[in-house]
Amino acid sequence: MADTIISAGNLDFYYGETHALKKICLDIPEHNITALIGPSGCGKSTFLRTINRMNDLIEGVKVTGSLTYRGEEIYAPDRDVTDLRKNIGMVFQKPNPFPMSIYDNVAYGPRTHGIRAKARLDDIVEQSLRDAAIWDEVKDRLKKNALGLSGGQQQRLCIARALAVKPDVLLMDESTSALDPISTSRIEDLAMELKKKYTIVIVTHNMQQAVRISDRTAFFLLGELIEYGDTEKMFSKPADKRTEDYITGRFG
Amino acid sequence: MRTRFDEQLNTLGQELIKMGALCEEVISLAASALIQKDDALAAKIAPLDHEIDEKERQIESMCLRLLLQQQPVARDLRQISAALKMITDMERIGDQAEDIAEILPFLNGRTLPEHIEIREMAKATIKMVTDSVDAYVKQDTSVAEAVIASDDIVDDYFTEIKSSLISLIAQNPTEGEYALDLLMVAKYFERIGDHATNIAGWVLFSVTGEKTYGRPQTDETEK
Repeated sequence: MADTIISAGNLDFYYGETHALKKICLDIPEHNITALIGPSGCGKSTFLRTINRMNDLIEGVKVTGSLTYRGEEIYAPDRDVTDLRKNIGMVFQKPNPFPMSIYDNVAYGPRTHGIRAKARLDDIVEQSLRDAAIWDEVKDRLKKNALGLSGGQQQRLCIARALAVKPDVLLMDESTSALDPISTSRIEDLAMELKKKYTIVIVTHNMQQAVRISDRTAFFLLGELIEYGDTEKMFSKPADKRTEDYITGRFG
Repeated sequence: MRTRFDEQLNTLGQELIKMGALCEEVISLAASALIQKDDALAAKIAPLDHEIDEKERQIESMCLRLLLQQQPVARDLRQISAALKMITDMERIGDQAEDIAEILPFLNGRTLPEHIEIREMAKATIKMVTDSVDAYVKQDTSVAEAVIASDDIVDDYFTEIKSSLISLIAQNPTEGEYALDLLMVAKYFERIGDHATNIAGWVLFSVTGEKTYGRPQTDETEK
């Protein structure tokens, strides 16, 4: 199997009194798509958000245990969070382009990280839009406002924006749940393509999506990691009855 | 939650049991018609085979609809895919019973020679079919495993019958045609045993998720 890129060891996470993640141990392999599944409130999104410290802004959170990215603690006191988020990008449930041009959306990250040269930015914007499989659709209107794009295009633009800072890991939090089947299928194809260069972790409520695109699946329930393993095996012969009951729609 | 899907799976199970019962009936008829030299029994086989064919199409449609509507996973997926495979084997059992029925008129109403163990073979094969259906009904892996193991017994009967028929021809060359017809009958029973073995294999898969277990034997006889 591929090398581990993200590793959780006895990870506990609290929102105030709420114990949202309980002793999570989970190794995410490089260049794989790992799907996190489970009913609402099971902790899967919380886990995803701990990976690039998106929960930092929430009042009263507490993290204990170990969570590493390439062997280094994500929650180390001296960790540069901006740098962490450059390496670990995120795409959200609803497309959220900035109210600016398509070009500026993609160039936003690189500019933040100090890249100013026009030629260099042009290259990054084109490459990112190509990698996000949207270049052909927007190349003639890069100066147009991004909010004029369709939902599916906006989501791919958001992926391009995430790719523009050359991340290592891409976190996708239900990134297709607001999209129509064609856009969903394009994003799924894109994810399969992107995993060659990046490591992808997705949260999804769509079981068939997990089956279609992920290599490994982790099933969360009430803050615990119940089962984690090869996706095909998990969806044909799950080891835990709770996994079976969830994926077959008997609860959740 | 998911009441409708459970009902659909339940109906699928009931239909498979009906098809299994038809298979038991058709092969028992074929064996009785052979042993009792009863043309009236033989005449019932073809209509029954058509009924089995019809059942296969009906269950196949149900399975395809369930795959489309429910996009099943885990146990549900195994149950539906096993059903799709099992009905093919069941349908072949019907065909082979009919093949036996078609040979019967050529045996000219002769009483089967005592030393040729075709009665015993028929009995063992019927038991395999009955038990494989039973294994499905009860979702019982030990019954399914027993069916798979008993395929050897039926195969051994076939080998013995073949030797006996070779001797028969050697003693009386004019018996050649009769011996070959009986050999065909024995071969059909042997194939029916293979299909029962396959059905048992799919029961195991449906229950345990293990796909290869107990199946190499049938692959061997396919060659």
